[in-house]
Amino acid sequence: MSQRQALLLLLVLLVAVAVFSALVGRYPAPGWIAPARIADDELAQRLIFNLRLPRLLTALLLGMTLAAAGVVLQLLFGNPLVEPGFLGVSQGAAFGAAFAIIFLGGAGLITRLSAAFFALLGLGFSYLLARRLRFGGWLLRLILAGIAVSALFSAGLGLLKYLADPLTQLPEITFWLLGGLASITWPRLLGVLPFALLGLLVVFLYRWRLNLLALNEQTSFSLGVAPGRERWLLIFAAVLPTAALISVSGMIGWVGLIVPHIARRLFRTDTRYSLPAAMLIGGIFTVLCDDLARTLFAGEIPLGILTSLFGALIFLALMSLQQPRLRR
Amino acid sequence: MNQPILSLRNVSFGYSPHQPILRDVNLDLRAGRIAAILGANGAGKTTLLSLALGWLSPWQGEVWLMGAPLRKWSSRERSRRMALVPQGEHTPFDYTVIEYVLLGRAPYLSPLGMPTAADVEIARQALEQVGIAALASRPLPQLSSGEHQLMLMARALAQIASPALPSEEASARLLLLDEPTAHLDLRNKARLIAIMRGLRELGVTLLMTSHEPDVALALADDVLLVEKGVPPQFGAAEEVFTAEALSRLYQLPIRLVDVDGRKRVFWT
Repeated sequence: MSQRQALLLLLVLLVAVAVFSALVGRYPAPGWIAPARIADDELAQRLIFNLRLPRLLTALLLGMTLAAAGVVLQLLFGNPLVEPGFLGVSQGAAFGAAFAIIFLGGAGLITRLSAAFFALLGLGFSYLLARRLRFGGWLLRLILAGIAVSALFSAGLGLLKYLADPLTQLPEITFWLLGGLASITWPRLLGVLPFALLGLLVVFLYRWRLNLLALNEQTSFSLGVAPGRERWLLIFAAVLPTAALISVSGMIGWVGLIVPHIARRLFRTDTRYSLPAAMLIGGIFTVLCDDLARTLFAGEIPLGILTSLFGALIFLALMSLQQPRLRR
Repeated sequence: MNQPILSLRNVSFGYSPHQPILRDVNLDLRAGRIAAILGANGAGKTTLLSLALGWLSPWQGEVWLMGAPLRKWSSRERSRRMALVPQGEHTPFDYTVIEYVLLGRAPYLSPLGMPTAADVEIARQALEQVGIAALASRPLPQLSSGEHQLMLMARALAQIASPALPSEEASARLLLLDEPTAHLDLRNKARLIAIMRGLRELGVTLLMTSHEPDVALALADDVLLVEKGVPPQFGAAEEVFTAEALSRLYQLPIRLVDVDGRKRVFWT
């Protein structure tokens, strides 16, 4: 199979998984709604359109965004262990959510805005700090800045958890940290949709040139890459939608770290193929995990737990198998 | 056509304030010539190459590329004419050789563009030119260091291969090579030297750093000697490349001996 055909196959699979996921759930009975039944069951229609569809689309966007951001950042930093939240974004969002839950009343909208605000603040801090540090190369400075900012926010988060009311606020914080899409509605999805689409579009259109940014800075300069400018464009294109989506989903771990590895394993490093592949795999993976999260038990399982569990299992399986090969 | 391809005029540079490592460098590199930068470790050879590339900006003085100040060139036009062969460039990702060489076509593609079949063909020819066409679909981690170096050479060749340039500029290409023969065994060294001579025949201009006076002697038309505390000396190899100058450069008694009509470097 060629890489192109494999991408097409993944796309078909994504559509199939999406259709399947819209039908699967716990109404009318745990399992699935027969398509024939939908036509004359008004409740099923409303259920699918108002609850499952926005949730499904959010899971899809979340998976695609985290995976794409993972590919971009791992390449840019020449480090396969980097994940999308590391530039202070994840810890910033977590701090923001906990802050809102304790001090701002913890209403849903306020919590989300606060999470998004602090996620972007984390990114902004990392950027400014990286510019102010006066040693090392660009990459080292940014990594150090990201680590420092993340550490500050996680210290702050620790303090907030310590201050939180253990009966009411702490469980809420913990639940947010575990991540989930149970509360997604159309307005929430539409609020983050523009950021997600814009970021994904920029990264997708850039998919070949992204390879150049994996080279060391002097070499990419010699190949005509504008130092700084193109890197920052891609970092923001990758991290902005991540921050937006985390603000509605909470922490969803490991998708951004593991899916890029799976994509590279199957499609090689060339981002012309591995980037779209990661987007598709990330989408499929997150939608399936979310299906399990909402159907497995009567209560919701936090999505972040499932993505970590299955992400790690698939990752281990892939890494211990013989490398599958695709032709160009 | 007598305008130099690359000129450095009174260039000074240092990494920390008040500690210049290069002072008053002057150099004129004409089309179709090979120039070698020689100097002890830490003398600033690679720094000089970075200045010529425009990656570093001189404190004082100016670098000229084909008659215009280097800083006035757009990155796209510059990178079509001047390519870098870095020393030991590594990536943790497993690109294939052809994918990596294709990156050399970036200056000809729009930011959102993809390489075309013509670009792939140019990349293949570049691999052919350095003699590793058979390795095209091999992943980088499986290359020997010699093959790796040849591949970096191929990427630079793909970068300056431009049928689109006007014909009078056809020879106006410049390759900057950082220690091109380091880590190569004798056979690969000979191969690379032959490739570089072949490029000179085609009119390509080359500026290389080298630790190996022998390699410089075998290739260079012009030589720049970079010594600490002395203004660097640039000139035709026959004039600059003397036993006295080399002895002073490396602080080692060095003799140049004629063997079968070719000069060889000996030291004791």
